[in-house]
Amino acid sequence: MSKEFWRWPEYRRTVPGKDWKNAEVVTAGVDIGSVSSKAVIMTDGELYAYSIMRTGSSSPDSAQKAMDRALEETGMKLDDIKYTVGTGYGRVNVPFANRAITEIACHARGANYIWGPKVRTVLDMGGQDCKAIHCDERGKVTAFLMNDKCAAGTGRGMEVFADLLSVPIEEVGPMSLSVDKEPEPVSSTCVVFAKSEAVGLLRKGWPKNMVLAAYCSAMANRVSELLEKIKVEKEFVITGGIAKNIGVVKRLENIIGFKALPIQEKFDPMTAGSIGAALFAKALYERSAKST
Amino acid sequence: MIVHYGYKDGSGEYFISVDTDKCNGCGDCVEACPANVLEMTTMMIDLEDKLVAAVTEEHRNKIKYSCAPCKPEETPPCVSACKQAAITHTWKPQ
Amino acid sequence: MTTAGIDMGARNIKVVILKDNKILSKGIALSGFDQKASAEKAFNETLTKAGLSHDDIKRIVATGAGKDVAPYANSEISMMGADALGGAYLFPSARTVIDVGAEEGRAVKCDDKGKMIDFVINERCAAGAGTFVEAMSRALEVKLEEMGPLSLKAEKAVPMNAQCTIFAESEVVSLIHAKTPKADISKAIHDAIADRIASMTRRLGIQRDVILVGGVAKNVGFIESLKGALGVDLLVPDDPEFVGAIGAALAPAK
Repeated sequence: MSKEFWRWPEYRRTVPGKDWKNAEVVTAGVDIGSVSSKAVIMTDGELYAYSIMRTGSSSPDSAQKAMDRALEETGMKLDDIKYTVGTGYGRVNVPFANRAITEIACHARGANYIWGPKVRTVLDMGGQDCKAIHCDERGKVTAFLMNDKCAAGTGRGMEVFADLLSVPIEEVGPMSLSVDKEPEPVSSTCVVFAKSEAVGLLRKGWPKNMVLAAYCSAMANRVSELLEKIKVEKEFVITGGIAKNIGVVKRLENIIGFKALPIQEKFDPMTAGSIGAALFAKALYERSAKST
Repeated sequence: MIVHYGYKDGSGEYFISVDTDKCNGCGDCVEACPANVLEMTTMMIDLEDKLVAAVTEEHRNKIKYSCAPCKPEETPPCVSACKQAAITHTWKPQ
Repeated sequence: MTTAGIDMGARNIKVVILKDNKILSKGIALSGFDQKASAEKAFNETLTKAGLSHDDIKRIVATGAGKDVAPYANSEISMMGADALGGAYLFPSARTVIDVGAEEGRAVKCDDKGKMIDFVINERCAAGAGTFVEAMSRALEVKLEEMGPLSLKAEKAVPMNAQCTIFAESEVVSLIHAKTPKADISKAIHDAIADRIASMTRRLGIQRDVILVGGVAKNVGFIESLKGALGVDLLVPDDPEFVGAIGAALAPAK
């Protein structure tokens, strides 16, 4: 089988030096996206463990797989988790979740936790859609806009290009920045047309890094248009898989005129939604405990 | 919270925006829409559930097409139906 | 008077030579990577077919996405204008001309003289053009020309949720995995694009007769789906991809 360049690595992580058994309340957030599934376990509202997996054809199975992987090596069982919130495109199909909350609320809440209360604008660039969220100091959404009409400006579009050029997806960003001179962006917004445009450029003799630069820059343009409607305010953060693509992030920062807060070492930007979900899980659990 | 449903592409931009703070869940807009684009749905706002107007999941990614017949209208039926002025609309062809 | 129309399409170049409003010859060639060279070749072949030389042609009018690089042309006309003229030439009763090409879908409203009154375009999105069906045929592993006939054999209407070609490819793959018959998938594909073209056309108001032209008009599956989506009958000419070139050849002198 030929190499699949778009495949990003699945992984899990436990925050070192913590014992979940000392925690008063353990909650979880499960974010089932169209491309990736994320499960986050939190102890007393602090990150404890998480996993990032590819979404399969069934949402319930993907949710189970992500949760099983997050639980690995922790000695924890699903029953030890007091409350679970499902979010993302497959949020209603998380069999072990106590309730579902839209990913918009979860992303804002998660970004507020990861980067702090100064965050006002969250751009989530996921696998199959792109969301621009404006929020207040509590992480409450004040305005929100989503593009899920097309693959332009999504991780899926980037996967298509990684495959077309046979460049591993993690290398796309750095490679696109290795050009001597920034080329004109690819003129088509539509990924299908952009692909034929790229084929034409390769035929003209353009090296791969130039073609990738032209695409990353087109994607940054596209996303900045989406942000216009919301009005980007500082502090600005990027979540989702594309946050890890420095080629798109750098170009986007150039267009909007200021920098996004850097990725926090402890947190994967893909887990912002599931972190928010786990925080909502804690709040909902505490409220239900109080009322009974 | 203001939720913008719509798109921006080579042909222009089109959005239906719902202010969930103003929306009182009456459902008049749902009745008014000739393309059945809107529905009443429960959203969690400050941990409380609130019934508000939203574009249905089915239509969310095809507003470009579903709302096409209303595009030339200055005030589409959903906007005029809303007594709370919770729904606004933008259409800027390119 | 002898005139020629060159339609520089995204996928194919079409050439038509007209004498006193009668079609003398037609030619078609793939646009390829050198559109201009392909057009030169197609034009000269069409001339030979008509038994004419370059000097016999009074006026050469270009249209289509690549009209700026058209060879020999001494005038040009917009694609919408050409659709209206060409449509009314073939069907004088035409009031709405829907043209679905490889990379663009258009609808044009015209009067009985083939004068364009209004138009809408879906451009820069593959989902509203022939490229969509092409990409889906690859995902389905069915030859493009078999997509239409296969679609007519469908027994069930399967909905397609994805609007974007890229996402629709994955949806087709999951439908195949779910053992959905290929005929049903093919119909779902044609219904999906027909739905988009119909919504676009409704913005003009649908005035009869409605005629369908462009390369995608050769696809019987698409014709059926579009009839269903619009709720009116459609007139389809024999060589629907030549309508733009015919319109160009009919264009008045500027």
